[in-house]
Amino acid sequence: MTVALSGGEVAGQLEEKFPGGILESDQNCLVVKGDSLLGIASFLKDTPELNFDYLNYITAVDYFEYFEVIYQLTSLEHNHSLVVKARCYDRDNPALPSVVGLWQGADFQEREIFDLMGISFDGHPNMKRIFLWEGFPGYPLRKDYL
Amino acid sequence: MTIETKEMMLRTEPFVLNFGPVHPSTHGVYRMRATLDGEVVLDIEPVFGYLHRGIEKLAEQRTFTGFIPLTDRLDYVSSMSNNLAYVMAVEKLAGIKVPERAEYIRVIMAELQRIANHLIANGSFLNDCGAYFTPFLYMFREREKIIDLFEMVSGQRLTYNYMRVGGVSQDIPDEFLPALAKFVKQMPGKVDEYDRLLKQNEILLARAKGVGIISKEQAVNCGISGPILRASGVKWDWRRADPYSIYDRFEFDIPTASDGDCYDRFRVRMEEMRQSLRIVEQAMKQIPAGPVRAEVPHIVRPPAGEAYVHIEAPKGELGFYLVSDDSIAAYRCHVRPTSLINLTALREMVRGWKIADLIIIFGSIDICLGEVDR
Amino acid sequence: MAIVDLVINTQHPLQAVPPDWPGGFWWHWLFFTVVLIVFVLVMVMAVIYIERRGMGRMQSRLGPNRTGPFGIFQPVADAVKVLLKENIVPTNADKLVHWLAPVVAFAPALLIFAVVPFQNGALLADLDIGILYVVAISSVSTLGIFMAGWGSSNKYSLLGAMRNVAAIVSYEIPLVLAVVGVVLIAGSLSMNQIVLAQGIPFILLQPLGFLIFFIAGCAEINRSPFDLMEADSELVAGFHTEYSGMKFAMFYLVEYAEAVAISAIITTLFLGGWRGPVLPPWLWFIVKVVIVFFVMVWTRTTLPRIRIDQLMAFAWKCLFPLAVINLLITALQVLTLSQDLIWVMIPVNIAIMAVLVLLWSKFFKLGWGRVEV
Repeated sequence: MTVALSGGEVAGQLEEKFPGGILESDQNCLVVKGDSLLGIASFLKDTPELNFDYLNYITAVDYFEYFEVIYQLTSLEHNHSLVVKARCYDRDNPALPSVVGLWQGADFQEREIFDLMGISFDGHPNMKRIFLWEGFPGYPLRKDYL
Repeated sequence: MTIETKEMMLRTEPFVLNFGPVHPSTHGVYRMRATLDGEVVLDIEPVFGYLHRGIEKLAEQRTFTGFIPLTDRLDYVSSMSNNLAYVMAVEKLAGIKVPERAEYIRVIMAELQRIANHLIANGSFLNDCGAYFTPFLYMFREREKIIDLFEMVSGQRLTYNYMRVGGVSQDIPDEFLPALAKFVKQMPGKVDEYDRLLKQNEILLARAKGVGIISKEQAVNCGISGPILRASGVKWDWRRADPYSIYDRFEFDIPTASDGDCYDRFRVRMEEMRQSLRIVEQAMKQIPAGPVRAEVPHIVRPPAGEAYVHIEAPKGELGFYLVSDDSIAAYRCHVRPTSLINLTALREMVRGWKIADLIIIFGSIDICLGEVDR
Repeated sequence: MAIVDLVINTQHPLQAVPPDWPGGFWWHWLFFTVVLIVFVLVMVMAVIYIERRGMGRMQSRLGPNRTGPFGIFQPVADAVKVLLKENIVPTNADKLVHWLAPVVAFAPALLIFAVVPFQNGALLADLDIGILYVVAISSVSTLGIFMAGWGSSNKYSLLGAMRNVAAIVSYEIPLVLAVVGVVLIAGSLSMNQIVLAQGIPFILLQPLGFLIFFIAGCAEINRSPFDLMEADSELVAGFHTEYSGMKFAMFYLVEYAEAVAISAIITTLFLGGWRGPVLPPWLWFIVKVVIVFFVMVWTRTTLPRIRIDQLMAFAWKCLFPLAVINLLITALQVLTLSQDLIWVMIPVNIAIMAVLVLLWSKFFKLGWGRVEV
């Protein structure tokens, strides 16, 4: 049975290393600040007790005041999982650091989020639209599109 | 006097060849721009989007139950699995418990769907290898029998639309279980026949062994799941690691292989067919009587929240991430695209091989464009 | 022909009938030209039918069965359909080369039949260099295929054509060496003489030669498992991607005419041509050609195809040494054994073939692997 770690458990370990990086940590997930996302992600991947080597998915949701990008990580060795969320409050040019360097599976998924939601990921080697063509007006999955 | 020999290297120029959206072997409308040096592939650049229908946006404008037919069209080769993942996600959001008989029916359908999918996958793989439709048609013979069974329960041959929130849409008719018993009895013999004809085939071994290797670490890093991960040596199956539905009541093995080449993926899919038959046999014996659907209104209104449910679909980990805001339509529905993520490593797998190998490696990943583009 | 004639007794070989058949030289020429053209066209239709029906049955489906009883008019329907299609020529194509290619590819296939004997002395031209003529002519159709690939101005076609040229040139050599073994035993290059000398069919005396010739022949005519030149699943249609209408019909015809030609040559060289007990000789000839073609259909349905570098490696590292060894052993046997001990060759050659094939399959690796880019 995959144990879903709660945000609170992991928050304790992270507070010392990344002070101020964590916004909330509740039963289901861990919400982090955009700037410290990359550092926290590499800590989660490299620490032996956590060892989150498998990225399930990345997705983004448009709540009207902010965009929330959700990452789910799983550790195949310890069989536990964790949900990490990052928020962007900027409507016009939202940006987050890219985790392609840590998990290569994020490649196409980050391009999809850029294509459909408009959130660009800094450090991605090929930040282009993936499903829609270059020059498509707008970002369809946003709530204010149509 | 010394004689010097200079190596005369022919100067060649790489050129770009477009394996266009319409091609006999790209399993759908998939486009690749391959940079070639003669026959050797230097690089490929995939181009997606030819089948993008905006399913995720459509989910926000349909009721939860009304979205089920659209999930059929995601991985249209294995619709039952897509239905299953979606309705399980809605049930998790709404906290609905599914009756026992419905759970058993769901497991039987999901495993039969896995067999049907692997039949197509292996048949198409051998077709790409050049065995001009013979193994493909032999495997389609068995797939026809499975489709007949599905037609008995849902009236459809490809997009079944069978699962509902809280169970399945209707009970299985009386002639289903005897027909299923007949199928389960003769299918292992057929799988043995395929093994006899193909497992030690010299040409298949020469074409597929050692070709398109992906290592364990790279597979896990790329987020690859399903038979490809297991062929690379990682013994990970969501039915075992995180049992959903009633999979913890069945005994089955998880076939793995060690090399991670195309031949191993082919073998893993063959063995998985045998294991699925075992599960179906056990489920047939244990199935109880009872209702097939929980008391759920047609227009489901889950309370506000979010849920992610993943299943071991035939192609890998298929998951649905649903966000609800207490209305009749989903606020956000995201499909974890199994095939798109499995394609992440295609570039590394293919470099240095020849065109013929490119087609085979691509065929062994077994993608379905409906899932890639959504 | 008595049975004993077929089995061991080659001490009374049949006499060759002089080639001036009834009527004088020009009637002979006219008669055989008409017979050949009719034969090739009818046989091509028949083999297309055999292939489609046979493949269908082997794939546990029916095959064509609507046009005429048992679908025997299917090839006619195909021909009519293809002739009625529009002839599309790509804008960037080299017009002359594009137009000439099917002609250059088809003519040699028809010309091969000029030296194939239907009965004792019944051929268009009993050349003294029969089999050499066949080998020379069959190489010309490669030129036609390459012209097709080049003249189409399409990268897929060019790739298909390049592969084709490489493969055909490589497989010529084992083909010819296998033939030389037969020529040594028969003592003559003329096809008629070769059939007359087959008291014992040469398939028994030269099993390894037969195998090599069959495989190399399949490779020459682009049949599975060597059909990567027109690999349906990779290059759309290889060198004839850009052809439609009558020109496509010509390429289609070329493929099957060459298949019939290779079957006819195998029959003549290895299976005893028109020799047989009860039926008229030309009927035996046709029956044997159909049997050989059926084996080709069988291998096409059963086996996947191999890759281009594996194909080349197979020709040079496997078939070529085997052909040379076969030639040496045959030469040795022809020198040492006298005419009535010729049956000794049968078990000896079969044993040698078994040993060599086993040895080569153990120690032989097909093709390279991944190339560093």
